[in-house]
Amino acid sequence: MPAHFITDQAIEVIYLVSTALFVLSLKWLSSPATSRHGVWAGELGMLLAIAGTLMYRGIVDYTWVLIALVLGSIIGVPLGLVQMTAVPQRTALSHAFGALCVSLVGTAEYYLRTPHVPRFMMAVLSMEVILGSLTFTGSLMAAGKLQEILPQRPITYKGQNLVNISLLAVALAVAVYLVLNPGETRLFPLIIAIPLVFGVFMIIPIGGADMPTVISLLNSYAGLSAAAMGFVLDSKLLIIAGALDGSSGFILSVIMSKAMNRSFTNVLFGAFGQVQAAAAGAVEARTVRTATAEEAAAIIGAANSVVIVPGYGMAVAQAQHKVREFYDALTKRGVDVKFAIHPVAGRMPGHMNVLLAEADIPYDKLLDMDAINPEFPQTDVALVIGANDVTNPAARKDSGSPIYGMPILDVDKARTIMVIKRSLSPGFAGIDNELYYLDKTLMLFGDARAFVGDLVRQLGGEGHG
Amino acid sequence: MTSDLITSLYVFMLAAFVGFEVIRRVSPLLHTPLMSLTNALDAIAVVGAIVLAGEHKSTLATVLGTIAIVAATSNLVGGFLITDRMLRMFKSSRPKK
Repeated sequence: MPAHFITDQAIEVIYLVSTALFVLSLKWLSSPATSRHGVWAGELGMLLAIAGTLMYRGIVDYTWVLIALVLGSIIGVPLGLVQMTAVPQRTALSHAFGALCVSLVGTAEYYLRTPHVPRFMMAVLSMEVILGSLTFTGSLMAAGKLQEILPQRPITYKGQNLVNISLLAVALAVAVYLVLNPGETRLFPLIIAIPLVFGVFMIIPIGGADMPTVISLLNSYAGLSAAAMGFVLDSKLLIIAGALDGSSGFILSVIMSKAMNRSFTNVLFGAFGQVQAAAAGAVEARTVRTATAEEAAAIIGAANSVVIVPGYGMAVAQAQHKVREFYDALTKRGVDVKFAIHPVAGRMPGHMNVLLAEADIPYDKLLDMDAINPEFPQTDVALVIGANDVTNPAARKDSGSPIYGMPILDVDKARTIMVIKRSLSPGFAGIDNELYYLDKTLMLFGDARAFVGDLVRQLGGEGHG
Repeated sequence: MTSDLITSLYVFMLAAFVGFEVIRRVSPLLHTPLMSLTNALDAIAVVGAIVLAGEHKSTLATVLGTIAIVAATSNLVGGFLITDRMLRMFKSSRPKK
């Protein structure tokens, strides 16, 4: 075995190449045309780094390393083959695994080095273990909620924020004490255990609608904990990979919380739960205009431009493929069809695009909010399928509304609006949607998949395109 | 040791800026694959775990290192696999080239 050992400098050079490949990997992801090269660059970088590490002369026994690599691959393959609707929970689970790896390595490093741990080293080590541990349980909780093993609704109780902040404060206080007295090995388990509990408590008050923000935030934590691990091991490769992941998670959290009109603190301290309870009672009887599939198809068939606004309800009803048939039927008739994608449509950033791409809808027809909003006034028909709060004009007009200020899709500016919905029940935010009561809005009551199927039949698009 | 540390901080800061600029340019269309790709790249932590498990400095380190390798490798394999599956699905309506 020792025959193929290479020098430490050679390994550093391999890591340098890997780092470059990682940056290129993310750069190529910027456009769908080059994105798959990005995956290949990442894979090559990873392969080089692992191969280089395996040749490190400090490694004396390969047995466990190889067993673990094989076992990890065996677990990884099914996790890479999940359904597209399950991608959010898979992602949360992978944040948990990443964080687990980081905390375990941090813990082992502490016990190897104690009591001779310099102060700064102890500080980053504590950060690594605290962030890793809370991300581990927090992500498991998020995955459980997304998989609906755990209840999706926020669970709140009096003094919840006080309990959570106190837990975190105690963990940080212990960490500070350890920085000053790194030899106090008895205290070290506390900075693992308390963050593990905190991770659970942190996610309990967060509802299903906030999951896109939470997943992004946990992504950021996972990245930062990996960067901290890089400081501990003095590995620039790890610092850079962690920083890239951390900034990616951070950017996505900012985008998500802006799209939800919430601040980070607002998401984390679960104020939405209370709003939901308060507003749900105020449903007054107002009249809406309804239409049958036949009537709706007649209007859509005469339109020049149609914008489809999909929400997660569409994915829940498994209507993507029917929507694709609908898209085909209209395109065949020469109708211009586009999709309006709100940043929080779906359960994680960009999720709706993946679901529609899976149904073979071309990506250049998927427009984000800023691109599609100016087009609504020239749109003949806007068809809302399973989306609610993100189309509510109250966000623009009604300063008393809980969603006031939230960026929305300007569906109400289209010439005719159609909404496929099971009933008039309110959305996540628990508020009534003004859009439904407009004179130019037609409510199409029914199951999304069945109704779109009916529309396709009426438009003569049966027989699959 | 302190100069190493400062270098590491510089590296971290510059990488964060680079990450910010590169990731800002990723189309919202691809935000889900972005997250699964950065996740897979994050699994580079496996190199630290390999050294820990392979050096055999203590039983605890070997055990924790081995579990850490399993966790990171499953992320790595699963992350790249699903990212590629997703990206393969994105097709343009315009004919290629």
